[in-house]
Amino acid sequence: MQISVNGKPCEVRADTLAALLAELEYEDAVVATARNRDFVRRKDRAQTVIAEGDEIEILVPKQGG
Amino acid sequence: MQDAREDGWQVYGTTLSSRLLVGTAQYPSPKILADAIRASDAEIVTVSLRRESGGSGAGQSFWQLIRDLGVRVLPNTAGCHAVKEAVTTAEMAREVFDTSWVKLEVISDDDTLAPDVIGLVEAARILSRDGFQVFPYTTEDLGIAQKLVDAGCEILMPWGAPIGSGRGLNNPYGLRAMRAHFPGVPLVVDAGIGAPSHAAAAMELGYDAILLNTAIARAGDPVVMARAFAQAVEAGRLARLADPMEPRDMAAPSTPVIGRAFTAA
Repeated sequence: MQISVNGKPCEVRADTLAALLAELEYEDAVVATARNRDFVRRKDRAQTVIAEGDEIEILVPKQGG
Repeated sequence: MQDAREDGWQVYGTTLSSRLLVGTAQYPSPKILADAIRASDAEIVTVSLRRESGGSGAGQSFWQLIRDLGVRVLPNTAGCHAVKEAVTTAEMAREVFDTSWVKLEVISDDDTLAPDVIGLVEAARILSRDGFQVFPYTTEDLGIAQKLVDAGCEILMPWGAPIGSGRGLNNPYGLRAMRAHFPGVPLVVDAGIGAPSHAAAAMELGYDAILLNTAIARAGDPVVMARAFAQAVEAGRLARLADPMEPRDMAAPSTPVIGRAFTAA
């Protein structure tokens, strides 16, 4: 399935957001997620189904001003 | 003697003693970042959320470093140009950083990084309604400031000058007017500070605190500069409390005139 992850095209097998994080090796990292520009809570990732063409954002803590 | 460190200030019910908030970006190394934050005595540091690939450690070492410093974090929505982007970023930050504080930036223009004040008010309204405690990065416009207060903001953060410019206080008159107009609202000069003297000047105007990043991070020695800013902020605060003299046009001798030699008795 072709989706976009952090702005880049990506071919993935995962069908949920939780499975996608595992597939992309985020493992236990502290991340925040959004699907199609809407925030997806940590607890909702396992139930959040990913569809062809979805835009996923996976963000991590970073330096900021 | 008055000690600025015992002269705390409050924001959203939290009492703070340090009046310097610092950003965590652009430091030469994580160690220098940590040392500079310690030297600044800051209790609040700003952080962000950014993209990073999986399998690369993904921002975790930075987050661990910040947690080890024991400071409060103020996540930002830096770079967001649309209300929706800023709101979603704030929601994501609240979960990751486990705080309802957000430094709300809605940017209108990449050359000035000026706040889009219309989008800012709208985003502040949405986020305040959703339980966020919003620290809005705004201008010195009093009408917009009032709308932010009406939206639920209990603090205002006007710019001194464009982000990263180091130009200091572009509009001291506007900042002074803002202080006079909102005597009970915590005010922080956020952005544009380049030198400790700029920070001291803002504190002398009666601002409650200063938020800066680049002036420390890009200094030749960020740790020493962090200390310089801490002392300048404290000096400016003490000066404000001490009620500075009014400037005058003509000279007035400070040494007593009476008893001067070589004059008629």
